[in-house]
Amino acid sequence: MTYLLLFLEFFQTGLFAVGGGYATLPFIQKMMERYPDWFGTLRLADITAISEATPGPVGVNAATFAGYSAGGVLGALVASFALVLPSFVIVSLVARILEKSRQSLLITELFSALRPAVTGLIAAAAWTVIYASLFTGSLAGGFWQAIDWKNVVLYAVLLGLLFVPKVKKLHPVFFFLAGGIAGIVMGLF
Amino acid sequence: MKTFWALYVSFLKIGALMFGSGYTMLPLLTREIVEHRAWITQEELLDAFALSQCVPGVIAVNTAAFIGQKRGGWGGAAAAILGVMTAPIIAILLVATVLMQFWNNPIMISAFNGVRIAVAAVITSAVISLIRSNVKDWLGIALCFAGFVMIAVAHLSPIFVVLMAVAVGLVMWGIRK
Repeated sequence: MTYLLLFLEFFQTGLFAVGGGYATLPFIQKMMERYPDWFGTLRLADITAISEATPGPVGVNAATFAGYSAGGVLGALVASFALVLPSFVIVSLVARILEKSRQSLLITELFSALRPAVTGLIAAAAWTVIYASLFTGSLAGGFWQAIDWKNVVLYAVLLGLLFVPKVKKLHPVFFFLAGGIAGIVMGLF
Repeated sequence: MKTFWALYVSFLKIGALMFGSGYTMLPLLTREIVEHRAWITQEELLDAFALSQCVPGVIAVNTAAFIGQKRGGWGGAAAAILGVMTAPIIAILLVATVLMQFWNNPIMISAFNGVRIAVAAVITSAVISLIRSNVKDWLGIALCFAGFVMIAVAHLSPIFVVLMAVAVGLVMWGIRK
């Protein structure tokens, strides 16, 4: 039953996630709400970090990892193949059609509406990750009490570095590594 | 059969060497598909890449399917997709089986606390550059804001955001054609 659900969830993700790797994150976030036992203590940021740090496209990595933690090796295979099945069909059809009708106005209009909407969608997934790493516990005890200031400082420093011309070209893995080391140091105090 | 195998091997290499988002694969594709194999021109590659960002699915997988379909029809598309997926699946399975054993170790917990903050910073800068390149007019601002609110506030499924954008695109097409 888990395998069927995994297939349906990731097939849907493959069918609706427009705009690349990070676009699969909101779908996985929704799955985490719907099936909390699939992911154990993993958070969205953990899946993102592991997907970024291993070879391959983020979307496939995230699906394989989520599938594995939900249903073992078979779950991993089901999730990743369900994710790419819509691509296989849609892209193949589009590739065949496109040879005939390049640059249609309908396609242009559709994509100029899709791109900003998808940006908002990805921003919402980003907000979940930011929120989870900067706030500890709930906001019930007050906004300012919930903020973890050590984490905010590390976040601000890393974000600042991402705007430094040469540093920002570095692979994200270096930032994750720096974050991990800083995390271990912060854990000692 | 030879074409399928060549497609599989080429995309296996690309899948193993790329990290992160689909954008990192463009230089790899240029080297392998345009310069080494000479299957398509650089211009055709950019078209395939642009198209892959606009249709649903993972960009790298879409690009593989597109080039595979062009070179070898349905079988070619399947071979290219299998190629680009092989390395990531093996890598993740290795990482997941090893990593999960240490998941409750205290050092691991504080390390991942830091990694999560770094992810937050990286994803923030990714969103900023996405906004810069994708949100260009008032309609774009409205769509972007609507997409954010539908997920972050109303907790709707992302599917509705995509459907909303498709509906708006159809209306704009009706107005402008």
